[in-house]
Amino acid sequence: MTGPHHQDHAGAKLGMWLFLATEVILFGGLFLLYAVYLARYPHEFATAGREMHLVFGTVNTVILITSSLLAAMAVTAIQRDESKTAVRCLGGTVFCGAFFLCNKYFEWSAEIGHGIYPNSSRLATGSPGESVFFSLYYLTLGLHGLHVLIGTALLAVVAVRVQQRTIHASNYALLENSALYWHLVDLIWIFIFPLYYLLL
Amino acid sequence: MAAEQNEQHIVSYGKLIAVWAVLLALTSLTVWISRLHLGVNRVWGSLAIASCKGGLVIAFFMHMRYEGRLLRWVLFVTLATLSIFIGVTFFDVLYR
Repeated sequence: MTGPHHQDHAGAKLGMWLFLATEVILFGGLFLLYAVYLARYPHEFATAGREMHLVFGTVNTVILITSSLLAAMAVTAIQRDESKTAVRCLGGTVFCGAFFLCNKYFEWSAEIGHGIYPNSSRLATGSPGESVFFSLYYLTLGLHGLHVLIGTALLAVVAVRVQQRTIHASNYALLENSALYWHLVDLIWIFIFPLYYLLL
Repeated sequence: MAAEQNEQHIVSYGKLIAVWAVLLALTSLTVWISRLHLGVNRVWGSLAIASCKGGLVIAFFMHMRYEGRLLRWVLFVTLATLSIFIGVTFFDVLYR
């Protein structure tokens, strides 16, 4: 016979995975649009892709992979009842999330400064393929950035609750599910990075 | 199956750090490969490396390696749906 607590935990995790499935399909749709337009406008995509800043992309990849490690370590820490370590790991994840968003701010400022933004005069008069590339770029990375913002806020709340001991070794479903959400954000970036920064 | 799912598997810090190191190595590899001029192989190479990295994140960071059959099926059905979605679209787009 299993206790009511364990039932809740398994149910919460299943619910989170079902939600993550919908997220995969959501971003999958955007990747599919990218693939179809890449097949239609390969040369325009190649020209547009050269405007991407590889350094920003690579630094953000390293930041997100590291933040994912820290989130996974926070789960291990809470399972071992090491609250202090868990709070420190979560703090590190939140810091990485904020750092990622700062980079995104500088990257987008530079691009908007070069006249690359939806409906800018440069894109409106340029080739349709380039315009499609940048529309998809802002849509996909904007939606991903929103997920980073939500994930960072969520993990900050979780860190405070671990500090207050309302999340602990025998009740950590919220921490585990928030970490799962954060790993999904990382997972999506792992595919965004080659598609937008490396391939073209 | 319930018993299978209630087991809480603890992944050691050492294992997580090892996975992180492999992820960073694969990131360097994918950046290096993209600077070579390999033509269309570059697309498949990058996607293959990204899939390996994604697999590692799901298996270890997201604990899928230690989960029961139910969550594995959720993941499988999701990825299968996405593959059908992409496959059928390209079947249309490429042969119009």
